[in-house]
Amino acid sequence: MKRVEILKTYKIYSGGNFPRTESGRYYLALDKKGNPIANMCMGSRKDVRNAVVSARKALGAWSGKTAFNRSQILYRIAEVLEGRKSQFIEELILQGSQKNIAIKEVEDSIDRIVYYAGWCDKFCQIGSSVNPVSSSHFNFSTYEPVGVVGLIAPQDSSLLGLVSLLMPIIAGGNTCVVLANESLPLCSITFSEVLHASDVPGGAVNIITGHISELIKPLSTHMDVNALAFSGLSELKKEIDLFSVENLKRVRSYDLNWQNTDTQGLHYITDFQEVKTTWHPIENIGGATSTY
Amino acid sequence: MTSKNKNWEYSPSLESTGHIKLKKKYDLFINGKWVKSASKKYFKTINPNDEKLLAEISHANQKDVDLAVNSARKAYDTVWSKMPANERGKYIYRIARIMQERAKELAVIESLDSGKPIREARDIDIPLACNHFFYYAGWADKLDYAFPNRKTKPLGVAGQIIPWNFPLLMAAWKIAPALAAGNTVVLKPAETTSLTALKLAEIIEESGLPAGVVNIITGHGDTGASIVNHPDINKIAFTGSTGVGKIIQKAIAGTDKKATLELGGKSANIIFDDAPLDQAIEGIVNGIFFNQGHVCCAGSRLFVQENIADKVIRKLKHRMKSLVVGNPLDKNTDVGAINSKEQLQIINKYIKLGKKEGAEIYQSECSIPKKGFFCPPTIFTNVAQSSIIVQEEIFGPVLTIQTFRTVDEVIQKANNTPFGLAAGVWTDKGSRIFNLTTKLKAGVVWANTYNKFDPASPFGGYKESGFGREGGMHGLSAYLKLS
Amino acid sequence: MKNQNNFNSLPLSPSVDKVGVEERVSRFQKRSIKTNSKMDGLKMVLNMIDLTTLEGKDTPGKVRQMCYKAIHLHDSFPGLPTVAAVCVYPSMVGLAKSMVKDSGVKVASVSTAFPSGQAPLDVKITDTKYAVDQGADEIDMVISRGKFLAGEYAFVFDEIAQIKEVCGQARLKVILETGELATLDNVRKASDLAIYAGADFIKTSTGKIQPAATMQVTYTMLMAIRDYYDETGIMIGMKPAGGISNSKLALHNLVMVKELLGDEWLTNEWFRFGASSLANDVLMQILKTDTGKYQSSDYFTID
Repeated sequence: MKRVEILKTYKIYSGGNFPRTESGRYYLALDKKGNPIANMCMGSRKDVRNAVVSARKALGAWSGKTAFNRSQILYRIAEVLEGRKSQFIEELILQGSQKNIAIKEVEDSIDRIVYYAGWCDKFCQIGSSVNPVSSSHFNFSTYEPVGVVGLIAPQDSSLLGLVSLLMPIIAGGNTCVVLANESLPLCSITFSEVLHASDVPGGAVNIITGHISELIKPLSTHMDVNALAFSGLSELKKEIDLFSVENLKRVRSYDLNWQNTDTQGLHYITDFQEVKTTWHPIENIGGATSTY
Repeated sequence: MTSKNKNWEYSPSLESTGHIKLKKKYDLFINGKWVKSASKKYFKTINPNDEKLLAEISHANQKDVDLAVNSARKAYDTVWSKMPANERGKYIYRIARIMQERAKELAVIESLDSGKPIREARDIDIPLACNHFFYYAGWADKLDYAFPNRKTKPLGVAGQIIPWNFPLLMAAWKIAPALAAGNTVVLKPAETTSLTALKLAEIIEESGLPAGVVNIITGHGDTGASIVNHPDINKIAFTGSTGVGKIIQKAIAGTDKKATLELGGKSANIIFDDAPLDQAIEGIVNGIFFNQGHVCCAGSRLFVQENIADKVIRKLKHRMKSLVVGNPLDKNTDVGAINSKEQLQIINKYIKLGKKEGAEIYQSECSIPKKGFFCPPTIFTNVAQSSIIVQEEIFGPVLTIQTFRTVDEVIQKANNTPFGLAAGVWTDKGSRIFNLTTKLKAGVVWANTYNKFDPASPFGGYKESGFGREGGMHGLSAYLKLS
Repeated sequence: MKNQNNFNSLPLSPSVDKVGVEERVSRFQKRSIKTNSKMDGLKMVLNMIDLTTLEGKDTPGKVRQMCYKAIHLHDSFPGLPTVAAVCVYPSMVGLAKSMVKDSGVKVASVSTAFPSGQAPLDVKITDTKYAVDQGADEIDMVISRGKFLAGEYAFVFDEIAQIKEVCGQARLKVILETGELATLDNVRKASDLAIYAGADFIKTSTGKIQPAATMQVTYTMLMAIRDYYDETGIMIGMKPAGGISNSKLALHNLVMVKELLGDEWLTNEWFRFGASSLANDVLMQILKTDTGKYQSSDYFTID
C-alpha cells in the first residue's frame, strides 16, 4: 500500500514563531492550472501589528550584533538553503516553474545571500567618511540601520525576489516585516524556516501571507515602521506614498527583474540606512574659530 | 586707591549700513533677467528690529513659476547638462568668490532682514554660505568618485524652497550641490527673508552663469505649492516645518519626483555629572539661544543628571545674565529679534502654555526694545516628557530642562519623540560618549559641543525630521540619478 | 581672614574642555568696546596694573624711576588714575615703599624663591617674612610646580597655607605658573588648590615662562573663582601676568571678568594686570580716543 504522505502546513512567521493567522482565515495557493496546492494563512492587520511589534523588539538584538556576526548569520542562511535546495525547487515547480528555471532561481538565491553576507561588514567602510571640517573637531559620518522596514515582496518572483530585497535590508541591521508574494507564497514561508534554522534572532524577520491589497494599509500607515520597500506595483505607488506620509517613512520602490544578475549591489543596502554624523572637539589642531 | 566704578556697560556699537545697496522694489530673477511678476503684486519685507520697510518684493504666481521652470529646463537641456563638469565647477567657484567679496554687505542685509545678530551673520551664516559654494564647486568634476561602481547623472530641474532662519545659508545648501551635480534650479526664499537670496541672484548675474541655470523667485506659500506641483520638476528640496514637509510629500505621492526634506526637531542636549561643566553651559546656551532659537536642530530639550541639576541651572541663569538682547546690528548683540510677528506670537503662546502646564519659568533679566519683535531667553524647569512644551517644536529661545538618573533612562527619553534631527552629549568619559552617540536616533550628534556646521559635514534627520542629507559627500546623492 | 579649609576639604575639580574654552574666549574677543565704554575701560585698566620689574639687574635707580611713573603715568593728561601697585623683589620692597608713600599705590613683593620656587620651605618662609617686614602690602608667591606635577598636591596645599600665615596683613597672590602646568585641567586643579589653601588672589604667571596669561588660562582660573564664590560667598582676586601688552587684550580681559564674575570684580581690589609695558599702550589709546589722532611712543615715557 502506498504510504500516506504528510502534507505541509504553511503558517506565518512572526516573532520567531510559526503561528496561524490570528484571524483564522485562509486562502488557497493555486498551481499554474488553477489547482489548489496548499491552504495559506490569510493574514490580517493584527498579524501585521504583531509582526511590527516583534520587529521593533528584535531591532536592538539584530542591529546590536557585530557586523561580522551578521555576516556569519547571513552565510549560515545560504548554507541552510543549500541543504534544502530540493525542497525549494519542488515548491517552485509546484507553483509552475520549469525545472531548470527553478533550479537556477534557487541557486541564484543562494549566491545572492552569500553576496550580501559578504557585504555586512564592508558596506559601512565604503559609505562612511571622516569629514575635514574647518574647526577643531573630529567629524565622521557613518551608516545606521533605518529601523523596522516593511517589505512587500516582489510579486513576480517567489524566492529570488524576496531574497534580493530582504537580504540587503537585514544585512544592514534592520528588522523586517514581509508581506509575502500573494500568488506564489510557498517559498516565502519555507524560507522563513531556513531563517529560523540560521540563528537569525526571532522577530528580526517576520513573514505574513495574505492579500497584499488588504495588508498594505496597516503596514504602510503603521507609525512604528520606518521604511517601506516594494517592487513593481506601480498602480499602488501613490497609495503607498500617501499612507507613508504620516510618519515620513522612507519609501523605496523598485521596478526590476530580480532574475537579472545586476540587481544586487551596495546601494540596496544603503537605501535602508541613515547617515549619522558625529562631532567631537580635538585639542590643539588650530584655533577653535575657523579662519574664514 | 580702590574706587568702585559704576557698572561698566558696553556702549552701542552699531554696524554701519552705509555701504549696502538695496533696491526699493525687487522683481523675479528668471532666465538671467529681472522680470516683473505676472501677478503684478508686491509684498513688503520689514526689519523685525524696528518694523521699518526694507523693500518690496514680487509675489510670483503660477505663470511666473511656469516661466522659471521652463527657463531652468531649457538651460538644463541646452547648456548646463552639456557643459564639461570642470567648467561647471568653475562657475560655482566664481559665485563663491564674489560672495566672499561682498560678504560684509550680505551679512548686514541678512541681519536687517532676518533679525539675527550681525555677529552671527558675519561670523557664521555668510562665511558658511560662501564655503558651501566653494566646497561643492570642487565636486562638480569628481562625482563618480563618490559612488563606487555607479554612474552618476543629474536629475534635471530642482525646485527648492527654503526657510527664514538661515536665509542665505540655506540658499547655498540648496543651490551649490544642485549645480555641482549638474542640475538647474528654481529657488524660492521665505517671504520674510528674501533679500539675501535676491542679492545672490545679483551675484549669480555678475558671475556670468548661463541664463536660466539658477532662477530665484519670491512669493508666499502658494508660490511654493506651484513649484512643488509643477510637472516638469524632477526634484524637490525643502527645508522647513514638518507640517509643510508632509504636505509636500502628499503632493508628490505617486510621482517620480525625488525629495529631500529637512524638517523640524526637538533635539536633546544631555549633560552628565562628569562633563566639562562650564563648556557644557556654553553648549546649552549655544544650543538654544543661537539665532534666537530659530534653529531646526536647536538643543531645546535639556537633560541634566539629577545630582548636578541645581548647579547647572544656577550656572545657566548666571550665564544668561551676560547675554545681550537687542538691536541685531549691534556688534555686541547675542540674541537678536524674532523673525516675524507671527513667530513671536507662536513663541509667546508656548510660553503661556508652559506656565499653564505648571512649569517654572525663568527669563533673562534684560531690557527688551519697545519696538520690534523680541523675546527674552527663557528656560522652563519642572517639566516632564508629557508637557506639551517638551514635545512640540517652539522655534524660539525657549529651553525645557528635565533631570535624569541613568544612562539608559536618558537615552530612552531623548529618543522618545517623533523627531530625530540632532542631539548633544556632554561627558568626559569616552566610552559613554560612543554609547550615546550610537544609540541616539538623530542625524547629527554633537559630543562636548553643539550647533556646529560645516560644508563637509552631512546634515539631516531621522524619523519625522525629514530625509536626505545636505553637506559633504553624502549631500551629493540627493541631486543625482545613480545607475 | 583665617583659612578654615584643609586639604581634605578640597573638592574634585571639574574637567575643562580646551576647545570649548577657546570658543568661549573668542566670544569675549568679539565684544566691541567703543566710545565711553572704551575710555572708562582703559582708565580702569591703568588702575589695575601692577607695574613690575623683576630682573637680576634691578637696581635702586630702576625701582625709583618705576615708582615715580606708577604715580605719574602721564601728567600732561589730567584725571588719570595711578596704577594699582608696583611689583618688585623682596630686596627692593623697602625702597619702593619709601617711594610710593601715601600715593595709594601698593607695594607687592614676589617671594618663595621666585620664580622657580625650588627652595626648602624654611627658606621660602624667611623670604616672605623679610618682604612683609620690609612693608610689602602684597606677597606674590609661586607654587611648587614640580611637586604639583609629581602629584604631591597636599605638599603644595600646605606650603601655600604656611606662607599665608606668614603674610599677616599682606594679601597673598598665588602664582600658578600656568605655562608649566601644560593643561587647563591642571590649571583648574591648581586654582582650586590655591584658593582652598588660602590665596587672596590667584595669578597666572611669573612672566618668566611662555605662554603666560593667555585668555584661556585666565578664563579657567576665573571659573574656579566663580565656583568658589557660588559655594562660599567669598571673593577671590585674579591677576593675569605676562603677555598682556596691549589695550585691546586688556579690555578683552575686562570683558571676561565682567561677564564671568560681574562688575563687583572690576576694581583693583579684585583684579590686576601684571605687566611692564601695558601702561604706555593704554595711555596711547586714551590719548587717541581723546584726540582722534594715532599716537607715537616717543611721547610716552619709559621708566
